This record gives sequence, structure tokens and C-alpha cells, in this order.
Amino acid sequence: MYQFSGKLKMFSFALILIGALGIAYGFLSAPKTVEEAKEIMAHQASHGDAHGASHDDVKSNDHHKGAVKDTHAQEGNEHHNSDEHHADTEDAHGDHHGDEHAEHVFHQMQNRPWSAVYVALFFFLGISLLVLAFYAAQRVAQSGWSIVLFRVMEAITANLVPTSIIMLLVVVAAVMHWNHMFPWMAEGVFTPGHENYDPIVDGKSWWINVPGWAIRSVIYLILWNAYRWLIRKNSIKEDTANDGGKMFKFNYNTSVVFIFIFMITESMMSWDWIMGIDPHWFSTLFGWYVLASLLVSALTVIAFVTIYLRSKGVLPSVNDSHIHDLAKFMFGFSVFWTYLWFAQFMLIWYADIPEETTYFVARFNEYKLPFLAMVVMNFAFPVLLLLNSDFKSIPWFVIIGGLVILAGHYIDIFVMVMPGTVGAQWGFGIPELGGLLFFIGIFIYATFSSFAKANPIPKGNPYLEESEHFHYYNIEHRGESSGHH
Amino acid sequence: MESSKVIHAFYNDDEIVLDAVKAVKAEGHHIEEVFCPFPVHGLDKAMGLAPTRLAITAFMYGITGLSVAIWMTNYMMIQDWPQDIGGKPSFSWFDNMPAFVPIMFELTVFFAAHLMVITFYMRSRIWPFKEAENPDPRTTDDHFLMEIPVHGDVKELTSLLTKTGAVEINVVDKH
Repeated sequence: MYQFSGKLKMFSFALILIGALGIAYGFLSAPKTVEEAKEIMAHQASHGDAHGASHDDVKSNDHHKGAVKDTHAQEGNEHHNSDEHHADTEDAHGDHHGDEHAEHVFHQMQNRPWSAVYVALFFFLGISLLVLAFYAAQRVAQSGWSIVLFRVMEAITANLVPTSIIMLLVVVAAVMHWNHMFPWMAEGVFTPGHENYDPIVDGKSWWINVPGWAIRSVIYLILWNAYRWLIRKNSIKEDTANDGGKMFKFNYNTSVVFIFIFMITESMMSWDWIMGIDPHWFSTLFGWYVLASLLVSALTVIAFVTIYLRSKGVLPSVNDSHIHDLAKFMFGFSVFWTYLWFAQFMLIWYADIPEETTYFVARFNEYKLPFLAMVVMNFAFPVLLLLNSDFKSIPWFVIIGGLVILAGHYIDIFVMVMPGTVGAQWGFGIPELGGLLFFIGIFIYATFSSFAKANPIPKGNPYLEESEHFHYYNIEHRGESSGHH
Repeated sequence: MESSKVIHAFYNDDEIVLDAVKAVKAEGHHIEEVFCPFPVHGLDKAMGLAPTRLAITAFMYGITGLSVAIWMTNYMMIQDWPQDIGGKPSFSWFDNMPAFVPIMFELTVFFAAHLMVITFYMRSRIWPFKEAENPDPRTTDDHFLMEIPVHGDVKELTSLLTKTGAVEINVVDKH
């Protein structure tokens, strides 16, 4: 049995505490009134830093209808629907315009602490969910190699519970209008005649409406957690079942059902929780794209936890071939992510239809560095590092590649969420770092305390023997215990 | 070739031939060749063959293909005749890069795959109308054949091979 060391426990608590302080700082430092926001804006402009400059661009663009569409259409429905209003009355309402802009920036600044938490929350919730889905897939595929990693994967999915609870709180906060991350939740968007009325979003109100959104969110979380709870319980039962494989078959069937439910809920979840931030924009392969991003992160996390636990000596039957297989998955799904990223980008870039292109214009103008850096981090780096078969079985290389992959996919989620919520007012500072540390702390605590609660080897699994002797043909053993071959 | 005589030892099971190879190697004999009707996992390792470098050549061929694609798209679409085709930006290669990616990808794969296969053919000396080299037609069906050059005591070697489970042992002249 694995013992969750006091040191690691303290470390995770420290991360949670520091993260919570960072999050609190983010909320406290956000402006409370439009006047405060104006002050910050004036401060930014006088400094003439990168943000001030981009902010000035936005200001001058405000007087051109086309440009407003490009930079602002995605940032909030208030602005989009005021386009026509601007064009018609911009001469008469020149002064009024400045106020409206300040209010817009004020909302973006207020969104920042929420978004900082949301990005980290979605990242960790998604990783836990995809580890669960990968685990279910391993059961359904009746894979022979991964059985010795089952308890590692189960332990990681323990993180699904706390992240789901926090997600539930964020859902409640959004419904209660405590944040403005989802512009279609603003008042009057669906009310004809209201100054916030947005006919485009109103046309989608059969799907994006607050009760429907909230109910769906709760249903996703319940379904995922229900499977996790059931499969974890029954997987431990499997160890001592001795019932001629009855429990194993039951777990197989449960996993088949879960994968079916997961594929549907994952797609809808990415529409609701991520695409809903930019309600004017739509993309058909978005669900797959989010899936790929989370799946490659999930595999990296499995590899990290496995390498760590193996170095602690609690996974005696995990050999370099298992690491090699995980690294192969990391490599393959990095390419898969790039494929979907590029398929989405290139299709929109090529056809250049304004209503779709604004999404990437907003990202390319304001988020150029993260937007381009993530392609290097998520594609070029892992491909070149993990292409070599020998490197894939060296834990150090897997960790270096994995760190870049994880950072790259955090940026990926960041670039999905931030342009729609904070626009040009983005940054990576204390609120973002706080959110990240907070969820890393929760992850460490949930994972390792769960791993300590069960036998690290799933004894009852009929494929265990095969998994323990799993051997990839061209790996030379580096003095480890797999001499059965 | 200092030796013109070789021993052909026949086996009828892949597990037995694998053990036989290990035993013969352990006795310090050089194994010239093993003929099998299908791939035997671990045979190359047991024989002590060096790992293949085919994957490395494929990687370099892939880079070659990528370079060709970049050069070709840049020369044709940007340098030679930068037409405005449907408003695509032909001002520089990077401006229009996404449109070239499918070609870059396909040419990388094309070069890597085909040149690697051709390399394999050349290194393995396989081509149409090549005369088959298998010493006994049974090796393509259900027999395994180990070929060992004779350097002295044939009897000792024969008894060793008999012990490893050979079903037939012939001493043949090799031309």
C-alpha cells in the first residue's frame, strides 16, 4: 500500500492556500466601479506599455464600424448589438461613446479574476474527466498493457469530485449574475427593444438560456461523477470478487455505456462552457478540439503521476515499456490536437467569412504570443522530442516533454476563454497563477490521498498478468524488474 | 570468404530455432543466416544483429520532402507569379502559409514513405527478376534454416546442432 506522505500533504495544502490568496487578490484588485476602471485605463495609457497601446487601438477603432466588428464582436454582446447603434448615431453621441467604452473595459477587468479561476478550473476538471474517459476506453478495449496503471488513473479521477463541486459553484455564480463571463446571460439580451437586445443570440435562445444551461451543466457533472464513483467502487470489488469475471464484465458494460454518454456530454459541455463565451461564433469540430486538448493533457498527467509513484517504489510492475506507451499516446494525441487546431483555423482562415473570422482576429490581434507559442509547445516541441523511440522510454525526456505539453494546453484553454471574457485586458499575473496553484494543490491532495486508499495493483483483473509482462520489443531493460521475458 | 562449406540445420518450430540460435551463439559460432517463413520475435536480438537505421533515413527524407514543398510553394506562388487568387495574400510565404500546409504535409509523408521503401529495397537487395536466394523451398513454408559456416570440426558442430533440436543437418558447398 502507498502511504500519502505528510510532506506531500503539507505541500498540497500550501499550494491551495497560496492559490486561494492569489485568487482573493485577483478579486480584491478588480475595479468595483466604472470610475476605478477609468483610473486604471488612464494609468495604462500614460505608461504606454503593451496593454496601453492595444487599448488605444481599440479606442480609435471604435469610430469605425468594421473595426469594431473585428475586435469587439466576440468580446461581448453589448458591444456587438451596439454596432448598428454606433454607426447611426456616432456623430451625435460622441461623448456618450467614451463612457460606453469605459464601461466595456470595466466589465472586462471585472471578468479577469473569474476567468483566471475558470481557465484553471476547466483545465483540471477536463484533465480528470479525460483520464476517466481514457480509463473507460482501456476497459472497453480490453487492453493488456495498461492494467498496472489502472489504480493511477482511478486516483487521478478522484480530482473530478472537488473540481466538479467548484464548477457547480461557478455555474451558480453565473446564474446569479455574479460574473459576466457569458455575455448572453446579461440582462435584456433576449428582450426585443431592450438596449442589450441581440437578435443573433436571441435566435439561439432555444439552446443558450440560463435554466437550460444550468440544468445541462448539472447533468454532465452528475453523469461523470456517477460513473467515477461506480467504477472506482467496483474496480476495488474486482480485486476480491472471485466470481468468474462477473464483476469484470459488469465494469466492462458500465464503461461502454459511459463512453457513449461521455462523447455526447463532452461535446455539449464544450459548447456550453467554452463556446458559450463567444455566443456569436460557432465551430462544428469544437467539441473534438477541446477533447483533443484535454486528452493529451490527461495522458501527460497519467505519465507524470506514474513516473512519480514508480520512483517512490509503489508500482513495481510498471516498466519502461509502459512509460513508452504513455509517451507514444502523448506524441500521437499532440499531433491529433494539432490536426484539429489547424483544421479549425485553416478552414476559417481560408474561407474568411466575417462572422467566423472575428474569432481568430480577436486572438491574433490581442493574443499573438500565446496563440502562436502554443502551436510550438503543443506540436513542434513534443514531435521533435518524442519522435525517437528510445527517448520515449526515458522518464526524464517524458517529463520535459510533458511539462511543455501541459503548459501549452493550459495556454490553449486560456486562449479559448480569455479573449471572450477579458479581451485586451488580459495578463498572466497573480490571479492566473493563483488559480493554477490552487487547482494543482487540490489535484495533488485528491490524487495521492485516493491512491493511498486502495491496493496499487488491481489484483482481480484477468489481464493483470499480461500487463505485468508487457514489453515493447526494442526497449533494453535498464536494470529494472521485468525479467520474465 | 575463407570458408566454402556451410552447415544447414533445419528446425520446425520458431521457439526451438530461437533457443538454438542462443545455444549456438553461446558456443561462440558465427551464424551466417537464419531463414524463416515468418518474422520470429526476438530473433534479431538473439543473433546480435545491429538495430536498423531505416527510421533515421525516413526522418531525413521527410525533412527533404518538407523542404521541397516549402521551396516549391514559395517559388511558384510567391516569387514567380504572385497573382491575387481569390484575395489570398501572396505578399510573402508566411502570409499565405496555411494554404500550403496540406501540400507540405503530403510531400513530407510522400518523400519519407517512398524513399524509405526504396532504401529498404536497395539495402535488402530486392528487385523484380532477382533470383531467389532461399537455399531450400521448405523455409518459405514450415521450416526454419540456420546457416553456419564451417571452420574446422564439422562433427562437433553437428552434434551441437542435433542437441538443439535440428530435424535435419546438411553440409553443403557454397558457391
